[in-house]
Amino acid sequence: MSSAGRHPGDLRVVSARRSIPTHLREIWGFRELLGSLIRKELKVRYKNSVLGFAWSMAQPVFLLVVYTFVFSVLGQGFERFSIWLLCGLIVWTLISTTLVTATQSITANANLVGKVPFPRAVLPLAAFGSAFVHFMLQFATFAVILLVTRHDIDFGYVWLLPLALLSLSVLLAAMALAFAVINVHARDTQHLLDLALVAMFWANPIVYEYQRAATWFSSHNLPSWLPLLNPFATVITTFQRAIYGRAAVGGRQLLPDTGPWWYLRNIGIVGGVSVGLLAWALWFFDRSEGNLAEVL
Amino acid sequence: MDAIIATDISKVFKLQVNNSQSMKERLVRLGRMQTREFVALQHMDLRVASGETLGILGHNGSGKSTLLKCISGILKPTTGQIRIRGRIASLLELGAGFHPELTGRENVFINAAFLGISRTEIARRFDDIVEFAELAEFIDEPVKHYSSGMYVRLGFAVAINVDPDVLLVDEVLAVGDEVFQQKCLDRVRQFQQEGRTILVVTHAADVVRQVCNRAIVLHHGEKVADGKPGDAIRVFREHLHGSLSESTVDDRHGPLRITSIVVAPGGDEERRMLDPGDRLVLEVRYLAEGVVAQPTLSISVVSLDGQTMYGTEFDLLAEGVGPLRGQGAVRVDFASAPLLDGRYTIAARLVDRADTDVMGVRFGREEFSVANPTTAHGVVAFGTATVSAEEFS
Repeated sequence: MSSAGRHPGDLRVVSARRSIPTHLREIWGFRELLGSLIRKELKVRYKNSVLGFAWSMAQPVFLLVVYTFVFSVLGQGFERFSIWLLCGLIVWTLISTTLVTATQSITANANLVGKVPFPRAVLPLAAFGSAFVHFMLQFATFAVILLVTRHDIDFGYVWLLPLALLSLSVLLAAMALAFAVINVHARDTQHLLDLALVAMFWANPIVYEYQRAATWFSSHNLPSWLPLLNPFATVITTFQRAIYGRAAVGGRQLLPDTGPWWYLRNIGIVGGVSVGLLAWALWFFDRSEGNLAEVL
Repeated sequence: MDAIIATDISKVFKLQVNNSQSMKERLVRLGRMQTREFVALQHMDLRVASGETLGILGHNGSGKSTLLKCISGILKPTTGQIRIRGRIASLLELGAGFHPELTGRENVFINAAFLGISRTEIARRFDDIVEFAELAEFIDEPVKHYSSGMYVRLGFAVAINVDPDVLLVDEVLAVGDEVFQQKCLDRVRQFQQEGRTILVVTHAADVVRQVCNRAIVLHHGEKVADGKPGDAIRVFREHLHGSLSESTVDDRHGPLRITSIVVAPGGDEERRMLDPGDRLVLEVRYLAEGVVAQPTLSISVVSLDGQTMYGTEFDLLAEGVGPLRGQGAVRVDFASAPLLDGRYTIAARLVDRADTDVMGVRFGREEFSVANPTTAHGVVAFGTATVSAEEFS
């Protein structure tokens, strides 16, 4: 052990405000904490359970079995409807899990925030991170299901998936940061969110098809692109187009009859807006961060 | 080189007058949020040289913990900035980041991550941490099975083994058993010798005198002293008394006032220096607007660090004094004040038992000292002793 000053470049500045690049650099400095918190979250979730991670992976299989059974009995839906459903459902699970856990991430860790110094933004980001790991596990199972059922995905669209996930991640990170702070000041947020999520589920073309919503809007003299104002719809339709693999089935139009560029344009718009939102969310988060320890 | 440079830092807390956290109440009041501001730190500048051990003295609410929290980064100052060179570890809240379901080993890694330390670095120090915490057998047990002592020991071991440049210590290190406490103190001393910077927040003057080479005193969020520990402690004591007398009843306009207390008056000239066991005569001078029908006088002798050495109460009517009216003095004659060295103040309270609103209080404004010519030390002067010997055959 030597004397002080061994980390000459290691200069930390504490002040009321900081710039967005500084904020990002601070969060980056705590990336290992982010990793630890995500690991901790997953470890704690499956502590004392025999199957552990298998539970995350089993969920899509279970959903597939249930929906296949239900919709075959009801005679609703269309060919391989459960594959269609799963495309939307696993994305939706990522969205709703992130929002629910991120909103409570700071209030649930009040003890930590009051006592331990670290960039608080790590907490909502870790909530997103563990939801994302969960999503990847489910996606892996889904891929196995697709292989086993010999489902044909559309490789002309698959390359869009990482881009769709990237823009969704930026959007969710921004929402996670903002919701976490708002919930500290008004605890109603988490209850309001539970209700909002029910409405949002049906605002997304998961159970129904995008084309049906678009047709409904145009038949009411409204622009058919209105459903796309919901940024999640862009991501979900991209997953459906690439994985379900068809825009139409049995003469029924599910998705607009367009090439990949239509999807790419939508993803681009969502991504651009999300980057702006993330910048705003970081600014907004920084504004409240200095007072979190007092308010809690 | 400076380890910490704080420039013009203030911290203002906004206290909600009625603390509602529901949106409904907020909507009802339509943003007319009633807040009261509380200034915990006022435009403070502070430089701490690298290798210094700085004591931060202050009574409760003086802003000393707020200052430490701002330096550690738990709170952000409202104005100004703090620049800190090197890694900070704090012994403020030991084990605060622990998750009860995870094992000691897993928690060490997470705790270190909260300090911004990489997994590879903490893996290198892991054995030292476990050895220091004396938890080798339990390290793979979930920490929910730990005793509170084990919990804190592990937290301490992590904080102190991560090679910090700046160590923040709040209050006395009351961790674990005596042996472990000694080990902690030894480690803090070792840190000093290695030239690391240490900040100790306390209201125990002795700790500052023993450990620090510089001290500051905070009072109502302002730095009122900065210098050698001895000087700072003197200022601290003066302010402690100031704040105590402020907190007592304001008697300047009341119907009964104690205007002064004279020590050792009468035949002697007013004396402020006594020998142990000397006679102590106090004259409590009062000013009453009406008649104080049933006066009661309480007297306390208080040392400068706030400890009451002796306190008593007199029913003046039973003593054959009073009722009191107008201007006058009540004299109390103690046959002996068996105190050893030190400076003491007198607290007096005069109250009418018939009407307890009629009350005069005086505290901490007059002082006397006791100088002890012998080799005895301590607080109380025992009587003279005879020594004899006997041989057993």
